[in-house]
Amino acid sequence: MTTRSEVKTDVAPLSHARARQIRREHRLVLALLGALVLVAAFSLAVGAYSLGVPDLLRTLTGQGTQSENFIVLSLRLPRLTLAVLVGVAFAISGALFQTVLRNPLASPDIIGVTGGASAAAVFGMLILGFGSVATSLAAFAGASIVACAIYLLAGRGGVVGYRFVLIGVGVAFMVQGLLGYLLSRADLNDAQGALLWLVGSVNGAGWQEIAVVAVVLLALLPVVRVLSGRLRVLQLGDDLATSLGVGAERTRLVLLVVAVALAATATAAVGPLAFVAFVAAPIARRLLGTGGLALIPTALIGALITTVADFTAQHLLPGQLELPAGIITGAIGAPYLLWLLATSNTTGKSA
Amino acid sequence: MTHLLRAESVSLGYDHTPIIENLDLEIVHGAVTVIVGANASGKSTLLKGLARLLKPDTGQVTLNGRNIAALPAKKVATIVGLLPQQPIAPDGITVADLISRGRYPHQGWFRQWSSTDDTIVAAAMAATNTHELAERRLEDLSGGQRQRVWIAMALAQDPEILLLDEPTTFLDVTHQIEVLDLLLERNRERGTTVVMVLHDLNLAARYADHLVVMCAGRIVANGTPAEILSADIVRKAFDLDATIVSDPVCGAPMVVPIGRFHGLVPPGSPRLNVPALEY
Repeated sequence: MTTRSEVKTDVAPLSHARARQIRREHRLVLALLGALVLVAAFSLAVGAYSLGVPDLLRTLTGQGTQSENFIVLSLRLPRLTLAVLVGVAFAISGALFQTVLRNPLASPDIIGVTGGASAAAVFGMLILGFGSVATSLAAFAGASIVACAIYLLAGRGGVVGYRFVLIGVGVAFMVQGLLGYLLSRADLNDAQGALLWLVGSVNGAGWQEIAVVAVVLLALLPVVRVLSGRLRVLQLGDDLATSLGVGAERTRLVLLVVAVALAATATAAVGPLAFVAFVAAPIARRLLGTGGLALIPTALIGALITTVADFTAQHLLPGQLELPAGIITGAIGAPYLLWLLATSNTTGKSA
Repeated sequence: MTHLLRAESVSLGYDHTPIIENLDLEIVHGAVTVIVGANASGKSTLLKGLARLLKPDTGQVTLNGRNIAALPAKKVATIVGLLPQQPIAPDGITVADLISRGRYPHQGWFRQWSSTDDTIVAAAMAATNTHELAERRLEDLSGGQRQRVWIAMALAQDPEILLLDEPTTFLDVTHQIEVLDLLLERNRERGTTVVMVLHDLNLAARYADHLVVMCAGRIVANGTPAEILSADIVRKAFDLDATIVSDPVCGAPMVVPIGRFHGLVPPGSPRLNVPALEY
């Protein structure tokens, strides 16, 4: 059987289009990496004790003076590392939630998943006196309970769309109530510490928290990478996904579990840094502008948001106190939320 | 290779509301089958059942004699593909990207993209005349262009049995013919089995090798349009009085609805007496 389409096949427009798309993503990734390195250098060098670039490089290669070593390697580097890692974790978690549920509002911080993690973590810290690994596990349990509750309440077939988000917002309020109760019952000193943590702060980052987040990222990011092909198909809706051989419900469940784990781990480490999960993927996709998944740019945007927020909170805002980074991310995220609500149409997809 | 898709006494529905009960249908290999019927007669439901988007409450859909639900999903996707009535796409997606995603079932864990995929996607774009749109965004296209892109995606999936749910809805008559010609071309040149739901009875009769007429979740007629399309069947399935004439272009049966105001008075039906307008 000869076919006409085989004769007139011209691959050029297609490969051009794909090459351009790939180049675009590469350029964006490079630009974001450059920005991240710049921010990282500033975060390490600038402070009450500021270093020049040569001094910084010398310290990073292990030839600094004792005080430089202490300030850069023991105080600033862990803080920066943790900010980068949780930025990536929050951003990927948000991207997964938003993509899988096909709703830009369905990010873990809006629908109460990070809230659940916070409540469980605060419970662990205040009542049970948990350390960082135990707190992480408690946060994961809390986030999972909230996610399961929303999943069950939203019901079969209702997972995609506004219903899920509205139920999530309702659950988020319940979790807030629980948090308030825990805080009001706690000792004043503990409560203040918990409150600072609840705003989201990378202050006082230790290598133990960093190790927990790093291990979880190392375990889960490859999973995300493997499932990204299915995620791309799932973007086309359940019907087409099934038709193309992707078990929509099962894939969604696996990806949501991964997303919950990422959000919970990051929350356990630094508190529920407001809106990072919510804004990272939309910003990355808008910058890329090709309708691709943009997972790597999303991760980098997440890291940039947390590092810039932490730097701003530390150095650029007036006041004696070091402010937690969550105040800055909240200040970025809230207007975006309002804009999204103002421009979204009735089906809940952003315009 | 011959692939046999069959519904064997399937009952289909949503949330325990049965829409189709105990239905049998065998899709004729290599033919164009068109499913017609009134609104809510179960056409789309049947199509979803055949494409395993909807699990039968009872009975089974089989592919080459084996229960389609038990076969590996990706393997099935290389044989049976469905284009839903209103597919959704992520914001900002480009035409080339969207069509390329149709290759998913042909890709393995490690084999991400090959020159075969390139050739097939390019062929799908050429067949649907979408290659010039490659870098455009889907949302910037007209309705007709968009539908051609979706069909290109379905062709890129390269299934041997292609199911389409109302591929001509929302298109003007020119684009309807364009889309149907495209599908017929695919069928005649590649031997792809095409099964589609159509609303327009006359286009259905013209393009179908086999016509399946549904009413209230059952099949009331199944055969070539010339065999089965009669005034009786139209009345039964659509509750509409019509007269059947021969399509002057291709000789297929053509359904001319009568209505209350015009032409022949079917025996026994009340006739409104409409006086002609006076000028």
